[in-house]
Amino acid sequence: MSEHVVSNKLYVGIWASLMVLTVVTASVAFIDLGPFNTVVALVIATLKALLVVLFFMHVKYTSEKMTKAVIVAAIFWLLLLMVLSLADYGTRGGRVSAQVRAPAVMRFVG
Amino acid sequence: MSDSPAALETAHNPQLRHHFSDMEQQTQASTFGMWLFLATEIMFFGGMFLAYLVYRYWYYDEFAAGSRSIDIWLGTINTAVLICSSLTVALGVKAAQLGKQKLLVFLLSLTMLFGLAFLAIKGLEWYDKYEEHHVPGYSFSAADLIEKYPQLHIDPRPEQIYFSLYFAMTGLHALHMIVGLGIFSFLLYKAIRGTYGPDYHTPVEIGGLYWHFVDIVWIYLFPLLYLIDRKPLR
Repeated sequence: MSEHVVSNKLYVGIWASLMVLTVVTASVAFIDLGPFNTVVALVIATLKALLVVLFFMHVKYTSEKMTKAVIVAAIFWLLLLMVLSLADYGTRGGRVSAQVRAPAVMRFVG
Repeated sequence: MSDSPAALETAHNPQLRHHFSDMEQQTQASTFGMWLFLATEIMFFGGMFLAYLVYRYWYYDEFAAGSRSIDIWLGTINTAVLICSSLTVALGVKAAQLGKQKLLVFLLSLTMLFGLAFLAIKGLEWYDKYEEHHVPGYSFSAADLIEKYPQLHIDPRPEQIYFSLYFAMTGLHALHMIVGLGIFSFLLYKAIRGTYGPDYHTPVEIGGLYWHFVDIVWIYLFPLLYLIDRKPLR
């Protein structure tokens, strides 16, 4: 069996990047970026998830196409759920009770 | 019994189940099975994330106030704890691959320690919420938030939706951590008995996949629950 053995240096590097990104995302949250606070938070979270999946979960080194197909399918299903549902709720005029204070999209992203 | 070269080569490995032709096929099947399970887990958590998105869209101010009320320090420390546990898992899988059994036992124990620390910190956080009457139900009160954040339009009922989702999502995640600790106790027991080595360590590998997945769920829960709105209020 040809298993890829990752160097300790790389693992510690990935760990350090994850720690730095955690501090960055927590700190940036206190700075007013308008709607981009949420965008930055989600981009950093996705970056961290990618690091974990590719290196810690060895997806970067696997030759298994089936594994990759499952991951792509899982993300696709999740996006179907999110995009189609939000396309519905997002066009219904937002909050039920209180007065509308800003365009719906602005309230959604912060 | 097949007499293919691969089967002969590994015929003596006691860990090879009879319905697989060789160790490599067995490993591939187990790993693929775990990935399939993780795909169903994404759908499982996906429903909650969707509920979160819709209600956050409807009740942004209540979500912003609720998010401000949970301790960002505990959340950040817990994120760091989980990232450390993911490192020890990754290093543990490597130790198993290389046949370093003592190191494997040490790293598995360390992972479980991080897991327990995570749950303890989570417990502290939940206790804070309990003391502040932020647990949804009869004793729920958003009065402190309404007083503290006059700039936000807070309705106590949708405020409970934020905290319901907070408890449901962190609770489901904590449940996964507890299951993970169960899996790792099993792995630790087997590792102490010397089951895992260069020829056989698939359980460590797929147990690790599960642990990393639970870490990834937290990586998203942290910004979505704790960092909704921390900027200075105008």
